[in-house]
Amino acid sequence: MKPEFAIHTEHLGRIYKVRGNRREKRQLKERVALRDVNLQVPRGEFFGLLGPNGAGKTSLIKILVTLLAPTTGRALVAGHDVAKYPQSVRPLINMVSGGESSGYGLLTVRENLWLFAQFYGMDYRTTRTRIDELLEIVGLKDRANTKTSDLSTGLRQKMNIVRGFLTDPHVIFLDEPTLGLDVGASRDVRQFIRNWAAAKPERTVLLTTHYMAEADELCDRVAIINAGKVLDCDSPANLKRRLQREAIFHLEVSPLNGVVHGFEHLPGVRKFVHTPGDGKSELELILESDDAIGGVINTLTTHRARILNLQKREPTLEDVFVDLVGMSLAEAEKNG
Amino acid sequence: MDRGWRLFLRTIVARAYPRVVGQQRQRTWIFFETFLPFVAVSAYVFVYRALNAPADYIGFVVMGGAMTAFWLNIIWSMSAQMYWEKDNGNLALYIMAPNSLMAILLGMAIGGMFATSLRAAVILILGTWVFQVPFVVSSPAQLFAVFLLTMTALYGMGMLFASLFLLFGRDVWQMNTMLQEPVYFLSGFYFPVKSFGFAVALAASIVPMTLGMDAMRQLTFSSGPSIGFLRVRVEIAVLAVLSIVFITAAKYWLDRMERLAIQEGTLTDRRR
Ligand SMILES: Nc1ncnc2c1ncn2[C@@H]1O[C@H](COP(=O)(O)OP(=O)(O)OP(=O)(O)O)[C@@H](O)[C@H]1O
Ligand SMILES: [Mg+2]
Repeated sequence: MKPEFAIHTEHLGRIYKVRGNRREKRQLKERVALRDVNLQVPRGEFFGLLGPNGAGKTSLIKILVTLLAPTTGRALVAGHDVAKYPQSVRPLINMVSGGESSGYGLLTVRENLWLFAQFYGMDYRTTRTRIDELLEIVGLKDRANTKTSDLSTGLRQKMNIVRGFLTDPHVIFLDEPTLGLDVGASRDVRQFIRNWAAAKPERTVLLTTHYMAEADELCDRVAIINAGKVLDCDSPANLKRRLQREAIFHLEVSPLNGVVHGFEHLPGVRKFVHTPGDGKSELELILESDDAIGGVINTLTTHRARILNLQKREPTLEDVFVDLVGMSLAEAEKNG
Repeated sequence: MDRGWRLFLRTIVARAYPRVVGQQRQRTWIFFETFLPFVAVSAYVFVYRALNAPADYIGFVVMGGAMTAFWLNIIWSMSAQMYWEKDNGNLALYIMAPNSLMAILLGMAIGGMFATSLRAAVILILGTWVFQVPFVVSSPAQLFAVFLLTMTALYGMGMLFASLFLLFGRDVWQMNTMLQEPVYFLSGFYFPVKSFGFAVALAASIVPMTLGMDAMRQLTFSSGPSIGFLRVRVEIAVLAVLSIVFITAAKYWLDRMERLAIQEGTLTDRRR
């Protein structure tokens, strides 16, 4: 019987012990990377983990791919406990991380791919056919015999992607796979992943990202994670629908000095994000209703701020994040 | 997909591949790994000639020069290899895959052994031809056994170093520089180790090179048996024991490293 869930975690927690600073060198400090994470990812789902730097995304993936032991709770992948039976999990999974520099520079693309397929016990014929197929799809066919050290970042990451998918895993873990890629290469990679997942209904993908649009575009469901906690988990559409009753406005105004602090006290203002920019300030406002915008405009005009642009727009995942965490992803990263 | 011993063999072959094939692609090896050692050998040869040493001593030097290639491979390549693999993220992929880490380590060793044999052979042939070394092989079977066991014990030691390196990191790095010259000296790369006296020679025997070369000298030179440290059969037995000890220890530390890596979350991390 096949397990219903590809990924299942119960009260999963991870604490790192880190060395203190110079003065307290000998003391070990505890840093909580994950706390009480409960996730169920059914087979065949495209699941996203969305969170700022340091949220715990990589830690969670490392636990799921058997590279890190949980401190508390447990995790099952393809029905097997990752800590107790890593050998049962390993043949069924693979992982690709952004900015990966794995492989050997002196070997060609084809040789490197062959090498990593061997560690999964793949025979020569299957390996060769799959390498050809996948290289063709990602547009790396003409580079098959190029030395890996001669590849650009984008091409290299495409090779890494092929490495991960080569073993036809039941569950694939993608840790920010488009990190550092330009727009075109990112699009290719996303396209490839989406098609791969769609080709067979039982294929499961877990993708971490801090690009909201990427999660929105690709994922069936998204978990929003911050400071080691899963704050919410649902389909992008449902997450956004929760903000449907709220009104979301985007404002561009002449530079604001100090006014910003008053906003949270205005009636009807739920959350706001202020991004000071070049010669102007941008404001994202989540309001309880359209009416509240009147108060905002009043405050702005009394402070002699000129309104350059005002737009009401549909909620995005970014707004969901702001609503849950209380700040934008960019701010969370700065604070993280 | 293969499992069990077939996967084990596949892994060994795959991991040996970059050593055997990849390393030859860097053409500089011809200069650095054969020409330079050959120059060092020549220096010793001229010294011995100036001193009117017996002709066999020239042969000892040529053989020692060829064998240094293996020792250099152990301390500069084998022992640091796993550490580099951790840095570029390969180690995480090795642990995550269904293969065994021990097979990776064995593949590394076997690959290194092949690549280095090529270099050693060049030095040996070049030296024998240029300096007209009078080899007299008394027992090819024993010679083969000694060479094989020396390699097994030596690369077993390399595997142990690789595991320890990974565990203790850069602190152990200093040890490399420390080990290079003293081992040249103590292992008797360029002269019979018997001249040290029993106690020192015995202590030096912990490095498989010492007894390996001593036995090979006894088996390939007419004056060999007279300068031997122990009887060849005894040396073969000791080398066999060393092989088992080193490989078992390597396996022990490798397992320990893997467990620790997963517990602490440090060893697979590129940032630390
Ligand atoms: N090996 C480690 N030792 C100590 N602390 C660690 C280790 N790895 C991660 N951490 C800490 O755990 C927390 C979560 O890190 P993690 O890498 O899982 O976050 P992330 O969501 O992947 O972030 P990013 O977007 O930067 O990749 C951070 O505070 C981080 O500093
Ligand atoms: Mg990360």
